[in-house]
Amino acid sequence: MDSIAIELRGIDKSFGPVHANKNINLKVRKGTIHGVIGENGAGKSTLMSILYGFYQADSGEIHVDGRQVTIRDPNAAIAAGIGMVHQHFMLVENFTVLENIMLGAEESQILNKGIAKARDELKRLEREYALEVNPDAVIEELPVGLQQRVEILKALYRRADILILDEPTGVLTPAEADHLFRVLEQLKSQGKTIILITHKLREIMAITDEVSVMRRGEMVATRTTAETSVEELAELMVGRRVLLRVEKGEAKPADVKLSVNGLTVKDSRGVTMVDNVSFNLRAGEIVGIAGVAGNGQSELLEAISGIRRAVSGEVHLNGKAIDVTGHVDPRELRDRGLAHVPEDRHHVGLVLKFEECENAILGYHHDKRYLNGVFLNVDAIRKDAEQRIAEYDIRPPNARLKTANFSGGNQQKIVLAREMERGPDVLIIGQPTRGVDVGAIEFIHKRIIEMRDQGKAVLLVSVELDEIRALSDRILVMFAGRVVGERDPDATEGELGLLMAGVEGRKEAAE
Amino acid sequence: MDFFHVIVVLLESTIRVSVPLIFAALAGLFTERAGIFDIGLEGKMLGAAFAAGAVAAITQSVWLGLLAAILISVALSLVHGYASITQRGNQIVSGVAINFIVAGSTVILGEAWFRQGGRTPALAEGARFQTINFPFADTIREVPFIGPIYADLLSGHFILTYLAFAMVPLSWWILYRTRFGLRLRAVGENPGAVDTAGISVIWMRYRAVICCGILCGFAGAYLSLAMTAGFVKGMTAGKGYIALAALIFAKWRPFNIMLACLLFGFLDAFAIRLQGNPLPLIGQVPVQLMQALPYILTVILLAGFIGKAIPPKAGGVPYVKER
Ligand SMILES: Nc1ncnc2c1ncn2[C@@H]1O[C@H](COP(=O)(O)OP(=O)(O)OP(=O)(O)O)[C@@H](O)[C@H]1O
Ligand SMILES: [Mg+2]
Repeated sequence: MDSIAIELRGIDKSFGPVHANKNINLKVRKGTIHGVIGENGAGKSTLMSILYGFYQADSGEIHVDGRQVTIRDPNAAIAAGIGMVHQHFMLVENFTVLENIMLGAEESQILNKGIAKARDELKRLEREYALEVNPDAVIEELPVGLQQRVEILKALYRRADILILDEPTGVLTPAEADHLFRVLEQLKSQGKTIILITHKLREIMAITDEVSVMRRGEMVATRTTAETSVEELAELMVGRRVLLRVEKGEAKPADVKLSVNGLTVKDSRGVTMVDNVSFNLRAGEIVGIAGVAGNGQSELLEAISGIRRAVSGEVHLNGKAIDVTGHVDPRELRDRGLAHVPEDRHHVGLVLKFEECENAILGYHHDKRYLNGVFLNVDAIRKDAEQRIAEYDIRPPNARLKTANFSGGNQQKIVLAREMERGPDVLIIGQPTRGVDVGAIEFIHKRIIEMRDQGKAVLLVSVELDEIRALSDRILVMFAGRVVGERDPDATEGELGLLMAGVEGRKEAAE
Repeated sequence: MDFFHVIVVLLESTIRVSVPLIFAALAGLFTERAGIFDIGLEGKMLGAAFAAGAVAAITQSVWLGLLAAILISVALSLVHGYASITQRGNQIVSGVAINFIVAGSTVILGEAWFRQGGRTPALAEGARFQTINFPFADTIREVPFIGPIYADLLSGHFILTYLAFAMVPLSWWILYRTRFGLRLRAVGENPGAVDTAGISVIWMRYRAVICCGILCGFAGAYLSLAMTAGFVKGMTAGKGYIALAALIFAKWRPFNIMLACLLFGFLDAFAIRLQGNPLPLIGQVPVQLMQALPYILTVILLAGFIGKAIPPKAGGVPYVKER
């Protein structure tokens, strides 16, 4: 079992001025699960996309099973037995599962002939790996967990021996992630080789045999998982010691800043997503809302921040009502001291094509200090942005760079800096560290706690239970649109997990 | 003239004016489903009509005329393809440029070669398409009801007319039942998925553009070799834009396209019929209003009043892997 499935030698790749991979060497042993970790923008996805033939390396060699191969396009990678599940899914959203799986592997010019065969093969794979999915379902109607399953099936359908998974668990619920890991174990026991990219060090420790660490385009270390620790890996990734759990003192809750009463919200199809939710948020405390993704947290945030209209209920900000069932002007909410870090930074939080400094004032562009009469005061805007870049350690420190060119973690810092810096009374944060590396997580967590200590009221929504437990002073658990329980931050993971699954909640409600 | 007869005549001319719309809209279907917006249908059709008229006039062969129409139209499509696929240019700009270039150069070349004010010489019988009469059409015509429908509506059209209507199910079959169609639709929705599946995005899109060129060639040839006997400057008169509107109105689906083109064709035929004939109760309807109706209907559709028209997701966006 000591043969090498994949060997990369001296891989180098630049995107224009960005040197994404610098002379990378990597050996992956056959029949093992090999983890790859690194900060945002370290070059992990780039390296894997080169292996998959999606990008071309500027120089370097790829060896598969001891033979040097030229991988000019994904076709060559598929032929060499390599399959990849991309960080951003590569699915045609209005196609069915079956069509997506067949695409590129149709067997013949006319579809009908291949369809029956594909169905049979899909059934076999489903049975073998417990990867059930309705072949006739349309992708856009499936939850992300199932979409990812389709991606995995796509690779298995093409008989991949080497499977690359790029941050597969970022979008999964804990139960789904567990299931995925069982599938990976099973694939491994069949002799398949797996490369797993993730930001979650716990997953690395739990499932990988070996782990390689990347930092700023370089491969800095490879360790046998059994002989390393989370602390060592975090330090290797960031290049300095990292606090995995940020210190925080006692909360000193004061007046109620935000009160939510009987809030009910429906989604565009008319399904009740938030069902009669009530809670208070006080100055100087962090209230965490835990729950499996899709249980109404997103809609709750949207309703409070004025993006989505509520059906009924009341919300008071600083004692004064917000017209959540009517028209809410987000600008007015900002003026009244409510800041919002949206869950989906790409679609709601940023305009990726804008320069950093332009994004740094989005929504605050009418602020007098950025204006010169009716014109924008570009100098003031840039100076302000540069100051914020320094404060929040946003990298690269260039206010004129297009926002799309920052890594995920740094984009998140841009949004946080914008919303926190105005000193709002109430800060609503959704998924502050989704897809963000440990170094940036530490920084963001510290800032959130600082806000609390300055006497701000913070409402935190996250699907990461660890994050909720590390930051919150009180935890509300949402299930199926309802708040099914309130717990202290030292409640056990198991207890919260049951609430999140709706098990405990039903009992509590019945009592 | 009884009412039934009026209807038959109206429907007959509906079919006649719908044919180029159907060809052009199906042409647009192939490119837009592959993710390339094509506002240049008008220009391609016009170029094809000119090529057909000119070559048929010179060679006296209708088939060489048709071939020339297709070649010119495919060549123009490839220009659009090169600009928008290979050079990743703006697809609207490229399409508009083609429309302008063709509108101008057909007049200049026509005048230079034939000196008839931008026309091509009138075509003799052998150099243009002839209508096809079904067997017994004349005998059955007298049978009430069925007779006129058979003799005037079904029989007596050009071969290109029948081809246009045959292209509708054929296009559907290609798009939904073949590997080529599956990949073509995929490349218009998410080229990344196509690329990672090991298929060349660029080659797929070029093939779509070529299909478009062929169909526009038929549309143009129909105008100058069938509907009229020769090319007249600017003879497409906005049909390419109407076809584009029909494509949107039909939500990018083949059978809907046929219905939309027939509807727009009917409005056109109706407008011609109305000229000088005031409607009872309503009175005289301005022609301009009738001509604008296809666009008005499309705008109403786009505003969300008649369902939703969702364009192919990757439409108009060049495929760029490395920023
Ligand atoms: N297609 C592209 N064009 C230009 N630059 C790119 C492209 N893809 C990635 N980059 C740049 O290359 C660097 C490495 O990016 P990559 O996506 O490989 O990082 P990563 O380690 O996967 O990060 P993350 O954890 O955020 O996914 C980044 O600076 C990124 O901006
Ligand atoms: Mg990545």
